[in-house]
Amino acid sequence: MLFTIFASFFKIGLFTFGGGYAMIPLIEREMIDRRAWVGRREFLDLLTLAQSVPGPIAVNTAVFVGYRMRGLRGAAAALGGTILPSFTIILLIALFFAGIRNNPIVDAAFKGMRPAVVALIIGPVVSLARGMHRVLYFVIAATALAIWGLGWSPIYVLAGAAAAGIAWELTIAGKLKKRGSGTEPPKRD
Amino acid sequence: MILWQLFLSYLKIGFFGFGGGYAMLSLIQNEVVVQHAWMTNAQFADIVAVSQITPGPIAINSATYVGYTVGMQLGHPVYGMLGSVIATLAVCLPSLTLMILVARFFMRLKNNRLVEGAMRGMRPVVIGMIAAAALLLIFPRSDAPGDRNFIDGWSWMLFGAVLVGSWRKVNPILLICLSAAAGIVIYGLF
Repeated sequence: MLFTIFASFFKIGLFTFGGGYAMIPLIEREMIDRRAWVGRREFLDLLTLAQSVPGPIAVNTAVFVGYRMRGLRGAAAALGGTILPSFTIILLIALFFAGIRNNPIVDAAFKGMRPAVVALIIGPVVSLARGMHRVLYFVIAATALAIWGLGWSPIYVLAGAAAAGIAWELTIAGKLKKRGSGTEPPKRD
Repeated sequence: MILWQLFLSYLKIGFFGFGGGYAMLSLIQNEVVVQHAWMTNAQFADIVAVSQITPGPIAINSATYVGYTVGMQLGHPVYGMLGSVIATLAVCLPSLTLMILVARFFMRLKNNRLVEGAMRGMRPVVIGMIAAAALLLIFPRSDAPGDRNFIDGWSWMLFGAVLVGSWRKVNPILLICLSAAAGIVIYGLF
């Protein structure tokens, strides 16, 4: 059983490129359709939970399912399966790469890839921000400028945002719910 | 000492890694490039590129690679491997602990108002962090040649082309491979 858990997550780790959200369909197929380890409803709850806890979504999901199946050992088997393909492949590349790093062709390829990487990082910013309240555009811009321009640590910004979100939820959002008597509070995002 | 620092840095990255891989890049960049200067901006971009074209979560891939690079500063590949093990485990440790606690005690976390509030507050900040990571890769805070990812007009043209490609949902691996080929043609052959 432990080996099956390990092997399932190893397969997921080996065949998903891009990580995180790209892994969800494969996890879904493996966990629900093939093995019936979790129900579809429970899986949706699990995804919400996995996103509320810090860390890679794939790792969070794996740990949760593994723990549910076989306790701590199951969690360890699932975690091992998820990270081992990444770890091995990257380590081999890193070992091999040291020898070819100064090759002019490799260097030229990386000169081409660097701006592409930046574009791939910035691409999702637009789609993620779409549909948010306009005030939040300001928060997004202020965060980017504080971290990039002022050199603030992203950790403090995150902690501050979490605190502000909790304060909002406990004060204003609560009052809006009471006053609105049955009507939804204005959506912030 | 540097390996202990690496462990602490990745523990921090794992613990504050809300919002998935790209948001974690900002944390990684802050620890590895800005705070500890373990590598240049260009080296960091290279690691992100490799992490994107290989399977697995980008946070794990980059942890293994960064760990190796940092460990190698002690001079031997054995330290490099040790570094990659340390960084990879450290980035997973908070996930592992917290997820087990959730599975055991807090299944009801899902509809908890405090969690909901915190997530709601962090959502725009996470997007801003992704933008900050990209801005720092484009406009580094130093002028050293090793920190520059955009070296000429070609860089900007490739950036624009890949940006359009990513909005059109072209496969990111294909986009990176195409830009590597373009890089070889532009910088390698002429």
